Amino acid sequence: MSRDTALVSAEWAEKNLDAPGVVFVEVDEDTSAYDSGHIAGAIKLDWKTDLQDPVRRDFVNKTQFEALLSERGISNDDTVILYGGNNNWFAAYAYWYFKLYGHRDVKLLDGGRKKWELDARPLVTDTVTRPATQYVAGEPDTSIRAFRDEVVAAIGTKNLVDVRSPDEYAGRLLAPAHLPQEQAQRGGHIPTAISVPWSKAANEDGTFKSDDELRKIYGEAGLDDSRETIAYCRIGERSSHTWFVLQELLGHDNVKNYDGSWTEYGSLVGVPVALGDEPGEA
Amino acid sequence: MTAPTAASTAAGCAAPDQAAPLPAGLDLERETVITGVVRSVQGEAVAGAYVRLLDSTGEFTAEVVTSPAGQFRFFAAPGAWTLRALSRQGNGDTTVTAGRGINEVTVTVTD
Repeated sequence: MSRDTALVSAEWAEKNLDAPGVVFVEVDEDTSAYDSGHIAGAIKLDWKTDLQDPVRRDFVNKTQFEALLSERGISNDDTVILYGGNNNWFAAYAYWYFKLYGHRDVKLLDGGRKKWELDARPLVTDTVTRPATQYVAGEPDTSIRAFRDEVVAAIGTKNLVDVRSPDEYAGRLLAPAHLPQEQAQRGGHIPTAISVPWSKAANEDGTFKSDDELRKIYGEAGLDDSRETIAYCRIGERSSHTWFVLQELLGHDNVKNYDGSWTEYGSLVGVPVALGDEPGEA
Repeated sequence: MTAPTAASTAAGCAAPDQAAPLPAGLDLERETVITGVVRSVQGEAVAGAYVRLLDSTGEFTAEVVTSPAGQFRFFAAPGAWTLRALSRQGNGDTTVTAGRGINEVTVTVTD
């Protein structure tokens, strides 16, 4: 994968709003932004109600994903362009998800909703409906998804990349600073994880930095790309952003997203936790 | 069965509604709230501005979009922070040394 296949610019998107076989999808945790104005023709996916199982802590299974995409009118041959708020966090999560279920052609809109709004590009409030399809998903590709035992085993052996803010990494904050800090789990990070906040990879308008800048950032942070890499954050959406950068933009082929992330790891009994600004010992 | 209140709080990372009142049960003895309004040089509230909270080293910490009345709110920790606002009317930044409780700040944006 590379920037040319995984990313489209706002200019490209605005010229291809009506292109046949191209489906724009806004992905957010709170879809009130979509309801107040969205890219013309875009449908919405709700990170929580559409993409998470309503009972178990897991994402939707193959059958549920097929039903969702069929009902929203996305077919296997469509080019899916994902975008959203929060610097494309949830759109990147959905991208990872579409890849996990084997969708062939999916791309992120560079800069997401923020760049689109700051550029004063048009948003509409029309209701969008697409004819239902018969979507067929692949078996989940677990080569891009890490589970907790694998993460514990990776301490001191694989690259662990903590993409939360420095204060969350150190244990001084338990959640991103736009949310209240009262949480059940312990603060800190997985021992030996390097700290490379997701935001290092993005410009302030939400677009991704250049490949050269990105290579420099992860190289200087000590990421050894000959080893497997597991990225994590708090709930797995910011680490999807970093997974996207490493695997889809820079072309690493051995990167997993740990979507359990700190809300799972920081609640596990008996696992090691490191505090402070240093990675810590295995 | 108990309601999964803590889990639903922990489940999300999206920026909450910036015009909503402070959550019930919020402990202001413990929380450091940085809140305020983004204004143009003419003093008008700027809705839909992107406000970024940067730590004392300039590192990004969080971002929210202002409410129709230009309001934003962060839950941070005591210390020095920078608020940077991006909007169609221009950008601007302000620094604040926050303590526990509510810290009010205005960010003015200019072309």
